[in-house]
Amino acid sequence: MSSTWTLTKMRLRLAVRNRAFFFFSLVMPLIFLFGAVALIGHGRTEWVGYILGAILTTTVMGSFWGLSVQLVTFREQGILRRFRLAPLGAGPMLASSILANYFLVLPVVAFEILVCRFAFHMQSWGDLAAILLLVTVGSSTFSALGLIVASVTNTMQETQMINNLIWMAFLFLSGATVPLAVFPGWLQRVALFIPAQYLATGLESAATSLTTRAEMITDTTALLLGLLVAFEVSRQLFRWEPEAKAPRRAKLWVLAALVPFLAFGIWESATGTRLKHIDQNFDTIRAMAERIPGAR
Amino acid sequence: MADAVIQVENLKKNYGAVEAVRGLNFIVERGEVFGLLGPNGAGKTSTVEMLEGLRTPDGGIVRVCGLDPQKSGEEFKQRIGAVLQSTALPDKLRVKEAVELFAQFYHHRADTEKLLARFQLQEKQTAFYSHLSGGQKQRLALAMALVNDPEVVFLDEPTAGLDPQVRREIYDIIEELKREKKTVLLTTHYIEEAERLCDRVAIVDHGRVIALGTPRELKHSSAGTTRIEVRLAHSPVNGLLAGLDGVSDCREFEGTYVLHSSRPPQTIVSLVKQLEAENNELQSLEMFSPSLEDVFIELTGRRLRE
Repeated sequence: MSSTWTLTKMRLRLAVRNRAFFFFSLVMPLIFLFGAVALIGHGRTEWVGYILGAILTTTVMGSFWGLSVQLVTFREQGILRRFRLAPLGAGPMLASSILANYFLVLPVVAFEILVCRFAFHMQSWGDLAAILLLVTVGSSTFSALGLIVASVTNTMQETQMINNLIWMAFLFLSGATVPLAVFPGWLQRVALFIPAQYLATGLESAATSLTTRAEMITDTTALLLGLLVAFEVSRQLFRWEPEAKAPRRAKLWVLAALVPFLAFGIWESATGTRLKHIDQNFDTIRAMAERIPGAR
Repeated sequence: MADAVIQVENLKKNYGAVEAVRGLNFIVERGEVFGLLGPNGAGKTSTVEMLEGLRTPDGGIVRVCGLDPQKSGEEFKQRIGAVLQSTALPDKLRVKEAVELFAQFYHHRADTEKLLARFQLQEKQTAFYSHLSGGQKQRLALAMALVNDPEVVFLDEPTAGLDPQVRREIYDIIEELKREKKTVLLTTHYIEEAERLCDRVAIVDHGRVIALGTPRELKHSSAGTTRIEVRLAHSPVNGLLAGLDGVSDCREFEGTYVLHSSRPPQTIVSLVKQLEAENNELQSLEMFSPSLEDVFIELTGRRLRE
């Protein structure tokens, strides 16, 4: 545990000394936030909570890129080899990446909430406990998913290509950029299999105080199971040496990390309650924004 | 044998069809500085990395402090220190942070302040790794190798690519380790380094030990001849140089004729006479005392840095 904490502190130090990291993890989400409130919410305070949920989702999902990419750079440059000489296993290297990501995400999340509440006059604080829980589990899960990609790719180029593909799916099928409620039915069902959907739905509900206990349990459990599987898979596939190439079949392990989401997707698709809830929540917020009499 | 810290028996390593290490055997005693001397591609780095546990042998037995590097994991790593052929650290890591970071991974930790002072890194302790010179990076690598006060230190070509001044500084550090009775395994392709620092040397070529002993023993085994290197204006008549007084061996390396002579003055006199007779001209002549280079040439017919 002490090695993990030692490495976490090192990663945090390196991250704050990296201007690019600072830009992508703090400045970019804020630009999105301002843009979304202005363009999507048209300045209506009723929308701010919902938009906050979406922005928090992209911030937390950013952990997918975060320090996992750094791990590939470390491997390519031979830095991991030096660490391999020390009494360290793959576990602390990976866990420190997840922890550091989490500590870097927390202040950004807090800042986004404060901006929404005070600069954009968000009507309530939302369910802060639920937000904290989802941010904690979500950041760890997406970091771990990023680590799997880092483990199965051989070069930085390959990592970025695969990350971009997965990132696009996360971004556009999760409900973080386009509300799931406006998707056609078949696409909504596809979204049920996307890990990011559990985070986006959970955070949007939590930020607008429309979350239910059952929904929270489902979202957190799906993300938590995803985290456990992803961490173990990335630990098994971890490579220290730049010349140790991942066999092609190793890439299939990425799919293993999606098994929990596949199971939850099948279940939710069969019951249909989640999609109904997503539609209801969206309608409620829209009604509030349009001030339809009788809306909640 | 009772005090053997490193034991290597019939060690083998292949990379595809290439046999990098072909049945290496040697023992390193406690407190000894042992050198693996050989040209690039001889299998030195593969060997040392198998001893460090970074590579898996394809055959043979390796024991370091009685432990199998492949199976003993953390316990093994607690007891060794190593400088890789090329050490890389994150660019934005500061010198002092790097030493302290690695120290924290070990149960037994050396005083990091003292280490920085010992390796003349105090003034650079807040500098980023990317801002260090080659020599400073290597001194930092050495400091990091000693953060756990290890029983065995592996140094893989620790002075390669460094300028002579820095190289001498590194020699001083290794000599200090020797005085501290640390067991050191050093790989090098510098003759001077092996002769100056090592108690015993294994000369390695094509993955095999071709000679093993103290530098003195090895030099004596080469018949104690003096090496004379000459360059001539024109190629000499076949067999002319080999037939000179006292010459026991003559080879040509890229226009330089390397003669081994047991009676150097007579050889030089007869060389000058023969060249006059042939109307040839001496462009340069250098004489060297017997060295490990001569041993290598005798055994392989090649120079170490060919």
